[in-house]
Amino acid sequence: MTGLLYALASLGAFALVAGLILAIAQKAFHIEGDPMVDKIDALLPQTQCGQCGYPGCKPYATAVAAGEEEVNHCVPGGERTMLQIADLMGVEPKTVEQEAAAPRLAFVREDECIGCTLCIKACPVDAIIGAPKQYHTIIADHCTGCELCVEPCPVDCIDMVTKPELLEHWSWPLPDTKRSQLAHERREQHAGHV
Amino acid sequence: MSLIMLSSPHAHGGDSIRMMMFTVILALLPASLFSVYLFGWLSVLIIVTCMLTALLTEAACLKLMQRPLSALLDNSAALTGLFLALTLPATTPWWMAVVGSIFAIVLGKQVYGGLGHNIFNPALSARVILLISFPLNMTTWIIPMSIHMGAVTPTVNLYDFSQCLTLFFGGVNALPAVIAQGLDAISMASPLGQVKTQATLGVPVGQALAAYHYNVLDAFLGFEAGSIGETSALALLIGGIFLLARHSITWHIPFAYLGTVALLSAIFSSIAPDQFTPPMFHLFAGGLMLCAFFMATDPVSSPVTPNGQIVFGIGCGIITWSIRSFGGYPEGAMFSVLLMNCAVPLIDHYFRPRVYGHAKEKGDS
Amino acid sequence: MPAMFRNIAQRLGMMAHSFPGGVHPDQHKLTGASPIEVCELAPVHILPMKQHIGAPCSPLVTVGDKVLRGQKIAKSEGYVSVPVHAPTSGTVVKIEEHPIAHPSGMGMASIFIETDGDDAVDQTLEPITDWQNTDPAVLRERARMCGLAGLGGAVFPTFIKLVRDKRFPIETVILNGVECEPYLTSDHRLMAEYADEILTGLHMIRHMVGASSSLIAIEDNKPEAIAAMREALANAGDLDNVRVVVLPTRYPQGGEKQLIYSLTGLEIPAGKLPMHIGIVCQNVATTKALHDAILLGKPLSERVVTLSGDALPDPANLLVRIGTPVRRLFARQGLDDFIGLQIVHGGPMMGERLKGPDIPVVKSTNGLLALGSDAMSAAHTVEQPCIRCGHCSEACPVSLVPNLLADQCRSDQFEKAEDYQLFDCIECGCCSYVCPSNIPLVHYFRYGKGQIALGRREQAFAEASRTRSESRDARIEREKAEKAARRSRVRKTHPPKADANQSSPPAKAADATANSGATADSTPEEKQ
Repeated sequence: MTGLLYALASLGAFALVAGLILAIAQKAFHIEGDPMVDKIDALLPQTQCGQCGYPGCKPYATAVAAGEEEVNHCVPGGERTMLQIADLMGVEPKTVEQEAAAPRLAFVREDECIGCTLCIKACPVDAIIGAPKQYHTIIADHCTGCELCVEPCPVDCIDMVTKPELLEHWSWPLPDTKRSQLAHERREQHAGHV
Repeated sequence: MSLIMLSSPHAHGGDSIRMMMFTVILALLPASLFSVYLFGWLSVLIIVTCMLTALLTEAACLKLMQRPLSALLDNSAALTGLFLALTLPATTPWWMAVVGSIFAIVLGKQVYGGLGHNIFNPALSARVILLISFPLNMTTWIIPMSIHMGAVTPTVNLYDFSQCLTLFFGGVNALPAVIAQGLDAISMASPLGQVKTQATLGVPVGQALAAYHYNVLDAFLGFEAGSIGETSALALLIGGIFLLARHSITWHIPFAYLGTVALLSAIFSSIAPDQFTPPMFHLFAGGLMLCAFFMATDPVSSPVTPNGQIVFGIGCGIITWSIRSFGGYPEGAMFSVLLMNCAVPLIDHYFRPRVYGHAKEKGDS
Repeated sequence: MPAMFRNIAQRLGMMAHSFPGGVHPDQHKLTGASPIEVCELAPVHILPMKQHIGAPCSPLVTVGDKVLRGQKIAKSEGYVSVPVHAPTSGTVVKIEEHPIAHPSGMGMASIFIETDGDDAVDQTLEPITDWQNTDPAVLRERARMCGLAGLGGAVFPTFIKLVRDKRFPIETVILNGVECEPYLTSDHRLMAEYADEILTGLHMIRHMVGASSSLIAIEDNKPEAIAAMREALANAGDLDNVRVVVLPTRYPQGGEKQLIYSLTGLEIPAGKLPMHIGIVCQNVATTKALHDAILLGKPLSERVVTLSGDALPDPANLLVRIGTPVRRLFARQGLDDFIGLQIVHGGPMMGERLKGPDIPVVKSTNGLLALGSDAMSAAHTVEQPCIRCGHCSEACPVSLVPNLLADQCRSDQFEKAEDYQLFDCIECGCCSYVCPSNIPLVHYFRYGKGQIALGRREQAFAEASRTRSESRDARIEREKAEKAARRSRVRKTHPPKADANQSSPPAKAADATANSGATADSTPEEKQ
């Protein structure tokens, strides 16, 4: 009987000490976490396209952080972004409803442009330059391909063109061996099912 | 190969897994032949059974996993079988060899994903499973035939194929009573076992060894009781040097491993000679040589970086010596290698070499 | 530990410095004894707008223009860039995209010059004969104007290295005549035949950077070149601080970092250049080109190319005009049918495999190989699982752990790969060369580097977009506030009128809100 008491007492004391250490450690090494909104926002592709139903990337990030919105609504970000957000939020990944299209750019057919500035107002990243009654031009380096300028144009002179592939931006694909393919498939599966 | 993207280099040195494995098998030839000399047909039967079973199991696994059977040709399964065989006692019955080989391939290797993915050395894990499951069989040694033949018992002849076949497949009870008794008469403890048992009785090391008629030269040459491929330090050393010369292994692991064992035993046996055995005893006893040159250097389950290999070898040495000196089992070499196998990913991470152009401390903290 | 022993031995002078790792591939130096032949002019020369590391050039000529040999036809854009010159006289017939020696098989804007056969030379650049007394800055500008870029294969603009910087005084000039790639012999022949010019070039470099000593590094498999350089040195007489250093043959000794280590025992800190440790390293072919540029006023318009390979009937070293089509060179050496062959631009260890022979010779073309399918398939056979033998770690000249890196790249663990110093990989190919499992390690590293670069680009783009979007929101907010302020001011100053005009300003305001979308409305929330 006393053996049992000793055991209980010593274990209890040990637990108490360990608990105290943990409590002190938590206070001492407390890390002020970055606000979730910024973390999610950093993962989003910043196209500001509104395809998620929110007026921009930050509002969507705010909604996701507040738990009001699912993690799978970012279309340009695709599966990768969804997985990263899900991982960050610690929630179950969802399937992405829409396939992300190849990156595209808006292009103004300048001889048809009437200079109405409507597209300039619509552009979320100020990537269109021009003045009233002047041709507008899209700065290709800044265009996120969000397509928000296409709709407002009264004369339909904005095309979405495929982003040209640059030699400097070319990168090696995975080697074409069975093993790397297998690894790739497994990764895809993994991403799809977790 | 027409338009597939191929990166440089467009040249290859010609090394292959098959050749590497074959080199190791070749390096084990001296030890294998010596085991045949010592234990006759029993040794042949064990080696053939283990290698065959390993190959068949590997084939079955590949079939189940829908992988090409050509992987059998990489010699790795045959090598695992041979490794296992050499760590078994001469009196191992056929079913134990078969079960051990299946364990080695299935649980030691294929469940991890096949060649290159196993954490532990497959042959050693099988050997440990056998040792724990069948402790009696795995620690029954017989006096090497060739030296004591006739002197002790004229009835047992390990060079007699039919006798060995009966013993191997039927067990002791299938043998005529005379031979079974003869066999009993030539069974004895291994030097390590002798020291361990005597130590528990409080007999000093020197006396225990004297009672055993221990002789360093015999131990070095291999005329002592033990697993069929482990007895001869000389034969294993020849194989190890062959591997070093062929650049199949580097000196780091064997050197660090043997060095650590030698150093520890030298220090402690000079402090307390009654309690601790001397370095020469350690080096030539049990499976140390086999483990140091062949098991610990198994590429898959050992670290890749030179510094890591040294750490790995030192770790193996400390654990081997500790188990032998303080542990419940007389032999610790295989446990030490398996234990250090667990630490390999960690060792690989922390003992990466210093990359060109980076300051020393930048490694990783 | 072994590194420690080596280090001690080297300090005591018992052992030459030697970089870790490396391999000894079969040499295949088929053309080591073949003198350099002058290759005939091609009917059309094709000049890609980027033949160096750095920014591409833009054409200075238009279709129909007559050009002379050595005339500048494209100007450099940006600092890390050098111009392109016409290789012979003729007419610009078109400017369009043409395939270049790039693994993607993508093309690059190129100037096509139809040869007129006169080979008339542009004489605008004066030879600088009194270079000893010329300001180094003038010589440096000459090197830039003449389009010099490292001819060893890396094609880094030469003038950038030839600089005097008070913070980094240069002590040693190293001439790289190592040529460690199998098959290639262009530098070897150049040293054997143009030793004097190379030596003069070396002096020019010394004059330009103010170095007091120099080393000429040659591997011991080129006795002819060693003898020629030594003889040139002996003839010159006045050179105490120039030494020919014979190094034991080992790949990749010709790599700048490895060579510097072999010669001096010094390492270039990560992210730094050799000049930061007081060293300038130049390839012998570049040095010869520098000599021609300064002393003869000749811009870079030709180079020595080794044509070799087990499938080439007649291997040779050719002095080729830049822009010559590769197909023509192979035809000259007796190879017309490329079926079943692999064409490699550069050496077998680091060269690029070409999709076809329809590319021009560029500044980086030190060799062109035609390899039979046997050699190729031996190098690119089925990838087997890694057995962790560690041969790659042993062979790696920068002490990486290639097998772990390859695993990380294969499974897209790029952060980890960066932590394992993926970007220190020099892609020399030693790891793939020794791998018994035939894992295309270098390919995995290139994939990994590409993906990381892509990720960084995307990250930077997203960052820029965010900034633009935020500043736009702020602007809209500000405009709205200003408008509101103006309205309230108007209301204060003209209280009676306000009632009458009430209907119009709010309508405008509502309009503005609609235009800028809900973005503006949500801004206050975000700030919290």
